[in-house]
Amino acid sequence: MATDPNSPRVGVDEWVASHEQRQERRAGILGVVQRELERLPSPVFYLAFGIAAAIVPAVTSDGYVIKVGLDTLLYMLLALGLNITVGYAGLLDLGYVAFYGFAAYGYAMLASPKFGVHWDTLAAIPVVVIATVLLGFLVALPSRRLVGDYLAIVTLFFGELFFTVYQNGQHMSLFGFGHPRDVTGGPNGIPNIDQFNVFGGRIGALNYKAYFYVALIIFLLLLLAMYLVDRSRTGRAWKSLREDPLAAELMGMPVNRLKLIAFACGAGIAGLAGTVFAAANTAVFASEFDFTSGLLIIVYAMLILGGAGSLGGVILGALVVNISLEVLRDPGHATWVFFTLIAATLVARLRPWLWLGIVFVGTVAFGFAVHAIVTAAWPRGVHGQAAVGGALGSGLKSWVILPSSPMTIGNVAFIFLVLAVLVLTLLHGWVQRLAMIPTLYLAAFVWENRLVVEPSVTRLILVGVILIVLMNARPQGLLGTSRVEIV
Amino acid sequence: MAALLELRRLSKSFGGLRVISDLDLHVDEGEIVSVIGPNGAGKTTLFNLVTGVYPPDEGEIVFAGESLRGLDPHEITARGIARTFQTLRLFLNMTVKENVMAAAHCHTRAGILRAVLRTPGMRREERAIRELAEQRLSFFGQRLMGYRWDQPAFSLSYANRRRLEIARATATNPRLLLLDEPAAGMNPVETHEITELIGRLREEGGYTILVIEHDMHVVEGISDRVVALDHGLKIAEGTFEQVATDPRVVEAYLGTKAASTK
Repeated sequence: MATDPNSPRVGVDEWVASHEQRQERRAGILGVVQRELERLPSPVFYLAFGIAAAIVPAVTSDGYVIKVGLDTLLYMLLALGLNITVGYAGLLDLGYVAFYGFAAYGYAMLASPKFGVHWDTLAAIPVVVIATVLLGFLVALPSRRLVGDYLAIVTLFFGELFFTVYQNGQHMSLFGFGHPRDVTGGPNGIPNIDQFNVFGGRIGALNYKAYFYVALIIFLLLLLAMYLVDRSRTGRAWKSLREDPLAAELMGMPVNRLKLIAFACGAGIAGLAGTVFAAANTAVFASEFDFTSGLLIIVYAMLILGGAGSLGGVILGALVVNISLEVLRDPGHATWVFFTLIAATLVARLRPWLWLGIVFVGTVAFGFAVHAIVTAAWPRGVHGQAAVGGALGSGLKSWVILPSSPMTIGNVAFIFLVLAVLVLTLLHGWVQRLAMIPTLYLAAFVWENRLVVEPSVTRLILVGVILIVLMNARPQGLLGTSRVEIV
Repeated sequence: MAALLELRRLSKSFGGLRVISDLDLHVDEGEIVSVIGPNGAGKTTLFNLVTGVYPPDEGEIVFAGESLRGLDPHEITARGIARTFQTLRLFLNMTVKENVMAAAHCHTRAGILRAVLRTPGMRREERAIRELAEQRLSFFGQRLMGYRWDQPAFSLSYANRRRLEIARATATNPRLLLLDEPAAGMNPVETHEITELIGRLREEGGYTILVIEHDMHVVEGISDRVVALDHGLKIAEGTFEQVATDPRVVEAYLGTKAASTK
């Protein structure tokens, strides 16, 4: 900025004024590429993502990959809707998944043999989405004067209410009048849902590839819409509301109405995702939308990891979390992730370098020593099999004790591991660093003998650990902007 | 001149504490009125009553001939009353320009649907909001210009945050500006500048101004009329000289002993 020498100098903080020159610039080709990338508008990146995603079913015919891709896209849609309520308007909505379930059931009721109605897809989807938007309004109405914790509790209650009603909806009557009727199918859900049928083109049953493209197109269109809303009058008002509701109200923004709109828009996007979900899976069950299914937590994890309030973060968060969850299903992959995480954390946090070396070498040596002693004293203690093959597997086999029946000893070791970690947090200095050596070895032992054989639980623990590590390193999320509070 | 804002026998209590009692006050069109008084006198509560943050227990607030009873704060703002906050309440994580643009909400129309469709009307409105924000920010000379537009509000210095609050308030296109301690925390040069600025707000912006201020140099420099409050009661009203020499005002600020020895 050209500064006029005659303009008043007091209050113009020179340090801030010269920030351009101070900013470090990467030199060479990398710097040029970085600067050019920063100048590109976000839709260019969205388009790049769209093209990359559209290629996936073309390069692979692996049904599993396409199904995971479809799931990821549905997660992205959910995160996109949640981003309005949580990311923009700052309202903690813990009943969000109920909108998804409501719409999935809504589509199932309008297009399945359940009630013998088979609506046209292009009629059913708008009706279901509008109904979900209205439900969003209804939930938001009593909640609109609540903030923070109270809103979270009320919406959580609503989410559980939805689950309870649909899970037990096989004998429903209106206030006890008339004969009880089967409305939701109870725990058996609604099967045989109609496939999408658009302009005469019917999608075949379980044709995930087609639904992948349907979800991708819906997501890209909504993403572009949200990009435009983000920079509009309503987007600014939502963000003002998140920053300071009282100031927003006093600057002329109708805070209550804006909250209602945010809730309803979020619900509408979840509703659209719900119809695709129902048609693609051909059946819906209430338990899929229960709190214990983890769906809500996973969507929140995606939003927070990507950076609440960031549209690019929605894409990245859903990709990272869902692909991590899938990769971790395989014990071999999970083992690699586990040991890499530990090593990376140590490298990042342990200083000086000498201690890093001591802990690494010490742990390896400690392991071989223990292994040698156990081999001599209790041969059955090393007869188990490593869960992962290859070099890592054979390395682990000769380093970690692998008893032939690891169940009981694994459980006991797990408890000791938790205790050891607690003790570790109480220690300081060189004692703590030395204590790390047996603790790390114990962790490896517990992993190999107990955790790795329960992938369904372990993968959630691991994703939790990844989240904790990332949020420590980058609290604003991968693509979020850091938020500052001035006190 | 007609009164733009008129308070009639206004009262407000919190629990058993009477914060404002039987207050009559009027601000004429084009006037600059200062409210002074010791801490806890009820000055900020007065602002909160006028802007609708709290409903008054008794009494009436009339703005431009119409009662404000039962209106939400955003409706009051839309009718032409805007304020700044003593404890700054900017949208800290939004850019300087966005802060001002957000405040244009009450006199603009385009909703979500038009934003997604990018209708010509919406684009015209968006351009107008942008120009309005730039014009409001340029009021402060170089202080909030150039690269600062795209910086987050938290990166501003304290004095600049106060200026941004004023810019944001004026973006609601108000007739009456309520400034809550605009010179608090400023150095002498900046305080002098604020004094000039408040005068310019009336001359160039055409706003009527009600201001709470502790700095007596500022009050002396800007006020057409001064109102002194103590314990929610109006204890004096008149020109700066009249109020500053009023024994009850001296007593309220310095205590009875000082007042009697004067």
